[in-house]
Amino acid sequence: MFEQTGIPSIEMVMEKFPSLDRINKGPVAVVECYKKIPCNPCQTACKFDAINVGEDINNIPEVNTDNCTGCAICLSKCPGLAIMVVDGSKSNDKVLVKIPYEFLPLPEEGKMVKGLDREGNYLTDVKVLKVLNPKSFDRTPVITVEVDRKYMYDFRNIKVEV
Amino acid sequence: MRIENHPILEFNRGKKIKFTFNGQEIEGYEGETIAAALHAAGVKVLGKSLFLHRPRGFYCAIGNCSSCLMVVDGVPNVKTCTTDLIEGMVVQTQEGKGVIA
Amino acid sequence: MKEAELVIVGAGPAGLCAAISAASSGAKVLIIERNKSLGGQLVKQTHMFFGSEKQYASTRGIDITDILLTELKKYEKNVEILTNSTVVGMYEDGIITVLHKEDKYFKIKPKAVIVCTGAFEKSLAFPNNDLPGIYGAGAVQTLMNVYGVKPGNKVLMVGAGNIGLIVSYQLMQAGVEVVAILDAAPKIGGYLVHASKIRRMGVPILTGYTVKEAIGKDYLEKAVICKLDNKFQQIPGTEQTLDADVMCISVGLTPLNELLSMSGCEMKYIPQLSGTVPVRNEDYETTIENLFVAGDISGVEEASAAMVEGYLAGLCAAAKIGHKAEDFENKKMDYLKQLSELRSGPVGEHILAGIEQIVR
Repeated sequence: MFEQTGIPSIEMVMEKFPSLDRINKGPVAVVECYKKIPCNPCQTACKFDAINVGEDINNIPEVNTDNCTGCAICLSKCPGLAIMVVDGSKSNDKVLVKIPYEFLPLPEEGKMVKGLDREGNYLTDVKVLKVLNPKSFDRTPVITVEVDRKYMYDFRNIKVEV
Repeated sequence: MRIENHPILEFNRGKKIKFTFNGQEIEGYEGETIAAALHAAGVKVLGKSLFLHRPRGFYCAIGNCSSCLMVVDGVPNVKTCTTDLIEGMVVQTQEGKGVIA
Repeated sequence: MKEAELVIVGAGPAGLCAAISAASSGAKVLIIERNKSLGGQLVKQTHMFFGSEKQYASTRGIDITDILLTELKKYEKNVEILTNSTVVGMYEDGIITVLHKEDKYFKIKPKAVIVCTGAFEKSLAFPNNDLPGIYGAGAVQTLMNVYGVKPGNKVLMVGAGNIGLIVSYQLMQAGVEVVAILDAAPKIGGYLVHASKIRRMGVPILTGYTVKEAIGKDYLEKAVICKLDNKFQQIPGTEQTLDADVMCISVGLTPLNELLSMSGCEMKYIPQLSGTVPVRNEDYETTIENLFVAGDISGVEEASAAMVEGYLAGLCAAAKIGHKAEDFENKKMDYLKQLSELRSGPVGEHILAGIEQIVR
């Protein structure tokens, strides 16, 4: 179905997520790159040697979750905007999620915005904690939001109401 | 129809200039093409086809397809999608193949 | 007659890279570009490129033009640039003719030519497909990303290849609603990462659908779409009418091959390469000696491949006319390796199947 709709199944998504133990230790990248394409900037961008594509640039990237610090550099460098960062270390009922967001207006820190799933459907309201848009991110801002833990595997996008 | 804020791009438009389209005065910007200025002003029909007189708009916008031909300053068959707008230009829809004066 | 050593026709990604490569090898290069500025279609590519570092991956296309022009400037004593100039003829005796600004017409006899004319957007047949408001997806990309003009309010995207997916995303970035993306094929043709980033904005991607008819008096007002069976036949009773004032046609590109056909080099229709392309050798030289090609003209691919082809063709063309780069062998190996990397995955399979039929 994924190849018809562009929506990965929950099983596909779960497979890309690291273990709950790892998520609860601190921020970690989730690379939602499901199909082989010739592309490796995630590997090149990572300063911690945490993403490996390998010799053949068509390989699916693999995350070394021990090395990953969740710094989010790769989020802004991935041409497919396929990476997010999940952090379950801050609370028992919420997770922090960092996503790339290339639309205007940007959300405001501290405000609530609509949280969407991978189909663009409304899931829940999420709180915007941080909007990072430094020059090095090259116009791909990274937004940190606080999401109810039960939506951790479903949340993937936000909608900022004008 | 102009984009004011864009997450990636900044549009540094040139000087505002005036031209006419079928006698009506329209404003555009220096540095843009005739077709872009017309589209920004809501004009989509640039001419009429040769035999069936069907409305014609641009199609490729890079000078390949000849769908955007108009009469400009009396000269027919001008590719308006790649021709820059100039102050005072007289632009007219082209009916059919156009006549060279 | 104007003198020139190596003429490069077209200054898009392939042409600029060919010029850099040839000029750095010591050849005197004359770039002829029909547009007023250089960069070809890179100037509207606001997205980040795929590939690896060597093909400027993760850099936005709009910024790659500047990178290439800065590189070209290093060899400026070897480079002459003619803009607003269209090559209109290539003759058996090696003479090419150029029209500058539609009023100055002149001949050039170069030692070698690299044709990098690129490709153009195909159209799709359905009733009323000529209504204004029905535009090539690349045309809409030019209108909004180069001139900052919105194409309309509600867009139906026809074709879910990379261009259709990318332009849909860029339409949303420009604040334009995309009603749906449809594609006749049973699967999404473009990279699925592009599909996912559009899907999570709430835009449906309808595979196995086509446009049955466009409706409108002077310009597009509505589009009737319908489902296709597995033989690509329309299924009666599945019609849906969508409000749309813009329809973008993104059903592929085909090589701009008129000049090559005129030159008389051997050409072949290769569906996998999206049209009629020249027979060539590993150096991208056609069956006419010293006539080279690079980029979409030799088979439609991503711009990353076009740039590497440009570097390779520029290197080889310069060598052929007596300007062999010092590290020629290493460079050539590197470019061939890069091309093989870009084409080695599943998306490159059909490209390789096409190339097999034209390389001698």
